[in-house]
Amino acid sequence: MRYAETGYNLEVDLTTGNIERVETDPELVELHLGGHGTAARIIWERVPPEVKPFDPENLLIFSAGLLEGTSAPGANRTIINCISPVTNYLAHSMMGGYFGPELKMAGYDKIIFRGKSPKLIYLWIHNDKVEIRDASHLRGVGAQRTAEMIREELGDPRIQVASIGLAGENRVYTASIEHSHSSASRGPAPVMGDKNIKAIAVRGTKDVNVFNAEKLFEMSFNSLKSVAKNPNVGDWMAYTWDDSFHHDNFSWGNSRVRRKGYWSAELQERWKQLTKRLLNRKTGCYNCLKECKLSIQHPGQPAYGAKCFSKISWHMCSFDELDFSWEILAVAQEYGLDNFSTPQTIALAVELYDNGILTDEDMPDFPENSKERFYYLLEKIVRREGIGDILANGSYAAARQIGRGAEAYEHNTIKKFEQLPLKLGKVNFPYFLMFSTGEKINITQIQGSYPQDPLRNPEKRQKFCDGWVAAPERFKKFYMEWEPRTDPSMEASCHICDWNETMHYIDDAVGTCAFLSSFRGQFGGKPAYHIYNFPKYINAATGLNLDSDDVWQIARRNRNLVRAINVGRGMRRADEKPPEDHWKVRLPEQEQELLSMYYKFKGWTDDGIPTKPTLDKLDLGFVADELIRRGILTGEETNVYEETTTLPAPTDEQLEAALYSASEKVRMAQGGG
Amino acid sequence: MGEKVKKIVKTIKVNLDECNGCRTCEMVCASFHAKPRYSNSNPNRSRIRVVIDERAGVWVPIRATDYTKAECDGRRTYTIKGREYSECSFCGTICPARDLFKEPDSGLPLKCDMCESDPALEEPMCVQACGLNCLTYEEEEVWVEAEEQVKPAEIELSLKSLVDKYGMGKLADIVARMSQKG
Ligand code: SF4
Ligand code: SF4
Repeated sequence: MRYAETGYNLEVDLTTGNIERVETDPELVELHLGGHGTAARIIWERVPPEVKPFDPENLLIFSAGLLEGTSAPGANRTIINCISPVTNYLAHSMMGGYFGPELKMAGYDKIIFRGKSPKLIYLWIHNDKVEIRDASHLRGVGAQRTAEMIREELGDPRIQVASIGLAGENRVYTASIEHSHSSASRGPAPVMGDKNIKAIAVRGTKDVNVFNAEKLFEMSFNSLKSVAKNPNVGDWMAYTWDDSFHHDNFSWGNSRVRRKGYWSAELQERWKQLTKRLLNRKTGCYNCLKECKLSIQHPGQPAYGAKCFSKISWHMCSFDELDFSWEILAVAQEYGLDNFSTPQTIALAVELYDNGILTDEDMPDFPENSKERFYYLLEKIVRREGIGDILANGSYAAARQIGRGAEAYEHNTIKKFEQLPLKLGKVNFPYFLMFSTGEKINITQIQGSYPQDPLRNPEKRQKFCDGWVAAPERFKKFYMEWEPRTDPSMEASCHICDWNETMHYIDDAVGTCAFLSSFRGQFGGKPAYHIYNFPKYINAATGLNLDSDDVWQIARRNRNLVRAINVGRGMRRADEKPPEDHWKVRLPEQEQELLSMYYKFKGWTDDGIPTKPTLDKLDLGFVADELIRRGILTGEETNVYEETTTLPAPTDEQLEAALYSASEKVRMAQGGG
Repeated sequence: MGEKVKKIVKTIKVNLDECNGCRTCEMVCASFHAKPRYSNSNPNRSRIRVVIDERAGVWVPIRATDYTKAECDGRRTYTIKGREYSECSFCGTICPARDLFKEPDSGLPLKCDMCESDPALEEPMCVQACGLNCLTYEEEEVWVEAEEQVKPAEIELSLKSLVDKYGMGKLADIVARMSQKG
């Protein structure tokens, strides 16, 4: 019997309409765990670099992570991969909610789409019954409304739906896949639109088998309760009233203008009253007691979900107030537009207009008022009308299509991908590495296990380290040595970047939410998941006897596999640089020295390519052979990574103490039943 | 007037405003009632379920409480925030005529038993698991007519509705299987 995974993928050939339930190789779990890891393996094997994002041969893969459908808290991410039209690299995208667990309970680990449907369809999965259904009546229908209509049509409110709106249908690069107030952006939505898939509806009622269910439940149940009390996990930024941090520190408009001191007590009170008036409640995702989304509802309108970033992105891009965000979000989500890149692209267009690069000829009747300008461009983008057809390709491509000096205004992307509008003073070594070398091409998908600043008081720093269960010893040492207002050493920076990315790779394979894990280790040091308890969850769920070092090794394998996919598609050292004006002070020589050091540490060539010895050591020899066959490696490169260890690990007692105190222990009924 | 007896009524109060729609209560309920205990976490086997309608802004946890007649007259609809719901969406009663609380394999009705077990739990699992205080366990002492406690007619009625729905053969099989397990 297969444990934790169902052992079956659903293969859907949209061109022929053929649907198959395909048994998977159990060995792949040992190598890649699942989710993003096994999806990368499939893309490596079946989508060679010649395949372009909108070719029928591009695969679109929806994965449920390894722990989904089990009792493990917050294991609910749906991971979506394909070759992205934005970057031509592997798209890394995911969403919360309920879709992944439902897919598991329907009996599948993944849905793999290939080909292109001749007409707009939706896929209906009901346990073993899977059918392609006509979706012509859903053309142009809003993403959330689509879900509602499908549920009504199929007569079951428990059906989980992932759908695209008009933006995805029109292959807007900044479109998103919407599901239950969660959304997945960064590339797959336009591919879904290109393949003519309007939605996927899934209903599953089967059990997911696990190896030691009682043990898994006990750990999960105690963790659930601890998570509910833990103030450092979840996304408190979604509902904090004091949001001076983002508004005073992140840049506004086209990520150019800092407004230090923008926040005030009066503003905070006004925004609080507004939000309270519109707030239905706070909501979360499957099997997680955090409340990371706000259900917002204007009178007479359907409710929608807002997250921490979407709450601020629209009004900051338009130099407006919160009411504008609350208003336009309802529209953007029905169109299925990502709230990260889209407002930044619109802000870019506004700036280009204000600087005479775009003119009235490009934008006839362009309004004066900022809000109206945003609506004007939003409507053009989702329909790909006029200038909207260019802006729909995102900031990087649009600036280059427009030309006339527009490129200079496009300064917030890495590898063609929009970044968080951070603006910092001096370059920060770990952040330089995370920004530049991350395969997922977005800082929020990489950072989080290591604090962003050292505590000033050494005693407090020591106290933090003493309770820092999530950290392998070397990081405590680096932290103690880190003096305020300095960079960690180059050596420490390489390790910190490596750890941050490793934890995300594990989350993405097992399907756990970063807010309970990789993104939250930096606060308080006690995230619900970390390198020391992941093996325990994985063991109880699958029966695989792994320790922390083994899990780290799997993450390393997945990371190198993704790197190899992107390297095959042309990614090199020259692409690994942060956005142009991200840091006021740049240190070009040291940055390059650091980059070389990091590549060496990773066992890559000086051009950022994993070597044959590295790939061999990761059981990826076949990947090395292909890179040699393609002339990307000679096979003579000798650099190889050195094992790092997570030992000594905390004892079970220490781990438990970090979860909950003895008095809070939960009494579980034993036996019988 | 019959004799009055004291009875403890156990109930779970629901504060709708606190529910985040996580369905953790479903997961733990299913796990606690799995045989063997905790052997699966399939929310489809839960005796509590959360009716979610995101666009209407509705999150309502409901429990499968007492049996009722097959032919209930609850045909009303409720409008909440502009959307209509059938009474059945919110009725916590196990109705043989509807699908909400059914074992996915057998189709048999599910019923909340307040997690009665030996040793007894301090609080039902869903209450323990819901860290958001949406669910609160309450015990209340009430005086009831003695004969109200046993209602053979009602049992017969429930069984009859099950026979109507599934046929005597299937029901007899299941009763036989249950009595063998003891
Ligand atoms: S921490 Fe927040 S975002 Fe993550 S699973 Fe829980 S509710 Fe969802
Ligand atoms: S556990 Fe609590 S908050 Fe979560 S769905 Fe159930 S009642 Fe709602």
